[in-house]
Amino acid sequence: MTGCAQAPHRRRRSITGAVAVAAASGLLLSACGSPAAAGPPVLTWYINPDGGGANPTKGGQAQLAKECTDAAGGQYSISIQLLPNSASDQRQQLLRRLAAKDVGMDMMSMDPVFVAEFAEATFLDDVPADSADELTKDAVKPAIDAATWKDKLVAAPMWANTQLLWYRKSVAKAAGLDMNQPVTWDQLIDAAKSQDVTIGVQASRYEGYMVWINALIEGAGGHIVENPGASGDQLKFGLASEAGKEAAAVIQKVAREGVAGPAMGTTDETAALDLFANEATSGFLVNWPYVWAALPDKNVSFIDDVGWARYPQTVAGKASKPPFGGIELGVNSASTHKEQAWDAVKCITTPEHQKLYMLGTGNPAANKTVYDDPEIKKKFPMSALIRESLDAAAPRPLTQYYGDVSSAVQRTFSPPSSVDPATTPQAATDLITAVLRGDALL
Amino acid sequence: MSVTQTDPPAQASSKKKKKQVMTDRAKAERSLGWRLAGPAFVVMVAVTGYPILQAIWNSFFNYRLTDPTNKKFTFLNNYIVALSDGVFWQATWVTVLITIITVAVELVLGFIIALVMHKIVIPRRSLRTIVLIPYSIITVVSAFSWFYAFRTDTGYINQWFAWLPGIDASTDWFGGFWGSILVICLSEIWKTTPFMSLLLLAGLAQVDASMEEAAEVDGATWWQRLTRVILPNMKAAIMVALLFRTLDAFRIFDNIFIMTGGANGTSSLSLLTYNQAIDRVEIGMGSALAVLLFLFVLVIAAAFVRGFKVDLTGGRN
Repeated sequence: MTGCAQAPHRRRRSITGAVAVAAASGLLLSACGSPAAAGPPVLTWYINPDGGGANPTKGGQAQLAKECTDAAGGQYSISIQLLPNSASDQRQQLLRRLAAKDVGMDMMSMDPVFVAEFAEATFLDDVPADSADELTKDAVKPAIDAATWKDKLVAAPMWANTQLLWYRKSVAKAAGLDMNQPVTWDQLIDAAKSQDVTIGVQASRYEGYMVWINALIEGAGGHIVENPGASGDQLKFGLASEAGKEAAAVIQKVAREGVAGPAMGTTDETAALDLFANEATSGFLVNWPYVWAALPDKNVSFIDDVGWARYPQTVAGKASKPPFGGIELGVNSASTHKEQAWDAVKCITTPEHQKLYMLGTGNPAANKTVYDDPEIKKKFPMSALIRESLDAAAPRPLTQYYGDVSSAVQRTFSPPSSVDPATTPQAATDLITAVLRGDALL
Repeated sequence: MSVTQTDPPAQASSKKKKKQVMTDRAKAERSLGWRLAGPAFVVMVAVTGYPILQAIWNSFFNYRLTDPTNKKFTFLNNYIVALSDGVFWQATWVTVLITIITVAVELVLGFIIALVMHKIVIPRRSLRTIVLIPYSIITVVSAFSWFYAFRTDTGYINQWFAWLPGIDASTDWFGGFWGSILVICLSEIWKTTPFMSLLLLAGLAQVDASMEEAAEVDGATWWQRLTRVILPNMKAAIMVALLFRTLDAFRIFDNIFIMTGGANGTSSLSLLTYNQAIDRVEIGMGSALAVLLFLFVLVIAAAFVRGFKVDLTGGRN
């Protein structure tokens, strides 16, 4: 190691020397950076930021990394690297590294919608056949579906996310809504309007808006992509169907009635939560379960008045399809330690670790058995509803062109005030088709 | 550079004998110049020329990074798609609009600040440092601070200007095209006016004070001195400042990326290129757009240099 540190200092005399130093230190750095030189291999795990950050004691992925390093008994050690905050930025960074065959990335935490694109480009290592059962045992179905590409398991479910309808009990009561029964978007909009409160939604031009649109369409019985897995020119879209029009009608009504707050076109999860945390405007909110842990941090005075229910129905009488999210763990096909990486993935996704992670970060486990745990039931009073929603959830379209599909839908549906059931779904279909043929820009 | 500056007579003599045979000394100096500047020249060509050529080459392909096996040579198809797509022209229009608004406002504001800085003697250095602060802030950081200031939840602008008609606590600046453009332009103007004013200050310093005095003695008003004496004498500096800022403004990216992400039709050419090349990993189309952006910049530079007769070495003679 000392040789590595000293080498650049030896020649610093001439101009050419300086160039040589720059080149040599680059080489030496890469030589020193190689973990293969001594000791167990270091597996680098790119994680999405969670409540634990990079701190190995806060119950986040950083803690799982440390516990699995300790449990490996010298077989490997895991070091973590933090990805950016937003899902789009995470995808960009992962994609760049994967495309560059970066051996410095062994494992990665992926949003379910990235899996198809990465797998189609052969960037992901297939799950070893003897590990597949262990990694998917008791996992909720949408999480397994999202980890599968062309009948092959290419990732392991780690945690699974879904949205709930959060509401103020007093507001629902005043509006005459029976929240023990499934409610529809129409009922919510009318209730919010009559009580002069807001419905927190995500309608900024970003992935969260796509989550909403997809849930609305799936809830009406349609699918954005009818034949997942098909190549670009073969893809069929269900946007302009009756279901797509129903979905657009909901967005149009929310925008027209002004119940999504003053700046609907720029609302993301945080802005929607802020609307809900503001006593004067709070009524309803569709958002992920992290809300439950976030509300006390915002010092809301009405925490006992907060209720939760299943995601609203797009069409009355048709069971809602809550959004699906979460994290799948993948192994880089360019990694030089794939075997150890899959061992590490197995360790990270054990039910015990999923429970630890759920308690630490509030992110719901993908493994159904975790929800039977008394500790989980106590800390998450809505855990039964989360599990039910996860099982009923509809993933966003599984297609290798997901990024294009999502961007095109977001663009045509933005701003939400311009959404028209008669034209917007057809415009979205036309745009995606043209983009995938290479005839339009995004 | 060192050759011409340390030895001006040599430069003059080489100019005179341009058509004639060069003297040994001129030859020696020329070769010394090449030996001194050569390595830098080679490095420059390598680091700028190679990527440019690579981008031009890539732009002829339908090439997606996640689908390398289907890479197809399509020659000019990417350019045809881009130039026939309304999105491209919308982005061009937004870019031109932002360029014109920001450069025009910056020129006036920057000139006023330059005049003030030129006249003030006592805290001259501190003043110049203070004026430069916005320019020293990273664009992304300044974009975020303007973004947060104008948002309905974290912002304070709505509170400050609630007395104006049409503005109240719920005014959503980023909900439409013109509101977004206004904030984007404001942050850009705030950040780069100092640069403009410094360039103009350098131009002001070149104006001979005796000419101003002569005009004053002749009874010229302040306005006449400004328009007849000062401005004509610093035309070169103004043009250089305009050229630099126009090229800079035309590549606007950070503010839009942070504030709207291109929503409401506010995407600029740089952002559009970024979306194709980095987000969609459509290397071919991204390269084609980058080449088009490069051509636009070339045209602007050529228009300034030829059309307005900007002498980039102006002020040296």
